[in-house]
Amino acid sequence: MTERTLRGKVAIAGVGETTYYKHGRSPDAEFKLALQAIIAACRDAGVDPQDVDGFASYGNDRSDAPRLAAALGIRELRFSNMHWGGGGGGVAAAVANAGAAVHSGMAHCVIAFRSLAQGQFARYGRGAQQAAAAGDDAFLAPYGLMSPAQRFAMKITRYMTEHGIRHEALRAIALTSYAHAQTNPRAVMAGRPLDAAKYDASRWIIEPFHRLFDCCMENDGAGAVLVVPAERARDMPHKPTYLLGAAQGGHHRSAAPVHNAPDYASAHFPTVARNLWDMAQLGPKDVDVLQAYENFTGGVLLGMLEHGMVRPEEANEFLVPENLRFDGGKLPLNTSGGNLAECYMHGLEMVNEAVRQLRGDACNQVKDPQVAMVIGGPMVTPVSSLILGTEATL
Amino acid sequence: MSKPAYALPEGLPTPAQEPVALPYWEGTRAGKLVIQKCRGCGKHQWGPEWVCHACHSFDLGWEEVAPRGRIYSWQRPHHPVHPALEGHGPYIIVLVELPGAGNVRMVGNLLGDPAQAVTIGAEVEAVFEPHDTATPPYTLVQWRVVG
Repeated sequence: MTERTLRGKVAIAGVGETTYYKHGRSPDAEFKLALQAIIAACRDAGVDPQDVDGFASYGNDRSDAPRLAAALGIRELRFSNMHWGGGGGGVAAAVANAGAAVHSGMAHCVIAFRSLAQGQFARYGRGAQQAAAAGDDAFLAPYGLMSPAQRFAMKITRYMTEHGIRHEALRAIALTSYAHAQTNPRAVMAGRPLDAAKYDASRWIIEPFHRLFDCCMENDGAGAVLVVPAERARDMPHKPTYLLGAAQGGHHRSAAPVHNAPDYASAHFPTVARNLWDMAQLGPKDVDVLQAYENFTGGVLLGMLEHGMVRPEEANEFLVPENLRFDGGKLPLNTSGGNLAECYMHGLEMVNEAVRQLRGDACNQVKDPQVAMVIGGPMVTPVSSLILGTEATL
Repeated sequence: MSKPAYALPEGLPTPAQEPVALPYWEGTRAGKLVIQKCRGCGKHQWGPEWVCHACHSFDLGWEEVAPRGRIYSWQRPHHPVHPALEGHGPYIIVLVELPGAGNVRMVGNLLGDPAQAVTIGAEVEAVFEPHDTATPPYTLVQWRVVG
């Protein structure tokens, strides 16, 4: 039987993004931002946008595939795919779904993308404002539990309390993203450095582990990647970035209602991480650079733990800024500034950064990386993660 | 008539009392904690769902359970996430597990000083908070530390 895998079968041939804006500051409509990012990714790959034949997105992206296809004059739409789940849990899955489509022959040239204009549409950090809460929210919203931060905070409280992990470990994650953003001209927080004192003095969003700088920004913009079969990518302008592993989903009843997941204090990666490493035929020690989605710094911690990047008992010691820097850190983390400080593009900006690192043209270039990892939005369900590699890793 | 004391300001979303959860809401109005218990396999289930996740029976009964639990996790939000919370200040949300009902968990507010220290594992008991003037009326289940 032929091995069933995406390892080395598909590649990211183009990356693109718009200017990133503070939320509500985009002069352009969300759909226009999506178009700009998609066209940029196509240009980067040297592909005529009309030759794109599929779109994959996540988080209920409002820029739908048929409208994109019509607006861009796509000759033939062969694949349109929306990954269930909120926020950026599906960022890696969208890339993988695009990859699955081109590997299976369902399509040839697929864009995975995310577009957000929160000035045009609602913000995430506020609860839904309708009068009656239905479904799960009927048991949450009347108690003042509405925002994403609140939905995840008790997972983080439980895990960190159980394992004795200090808030300083989360501070290191925040400081790292802000430090990297200072030398990234795309970053919304470039020119807005953060140090430990400013972090410690920042207001509580939620006790005991969410200060202001533990929380992502909300932004306007769009990002896109172009996914093609590996053999085609070899004839395109950039060094191909190969998909080595991809997995999505959640462990047993991770979406159980009203906070009843049996393994509750989790970012929901235990089974996803196992499947990811299986496909990639690699392990945590092989990763040269990590992009780990920060909705909240606690989720980065849990995601790293569940992928085996660090053990719970060594988290306090390992999670210090020196270990996470792009230049000489043991595990360079969120080298563009990530969701905290480059742009909250629901992790798509992290896929672009992973590709740039492997091409060798990132603004905070890690020395000669061969394997890059993207951990998608933690603590939602389904979650997803991705391993990318250079030609040398095949 | 004095105004009833609620844990949080009025104006937050009210619970839609949907068919799948109706016995729970009826129970709270009577001051009882009533949750799903499968008539097929006897497993407790919360939140409410149409099928038993363990044995796939659709014959889900509802049973009163002891209104006692222990704090499984907690949070103290400061940032107001709803206009009704503007200027209110911090409050405590607890996740309470019910050892008397297969350790299912419920979310509520912890009553008392909003600045109090909260301990995972602390014993709590339910306090029913009726909202009688709402349309339709409903009752929330809050928690306070025992002892």
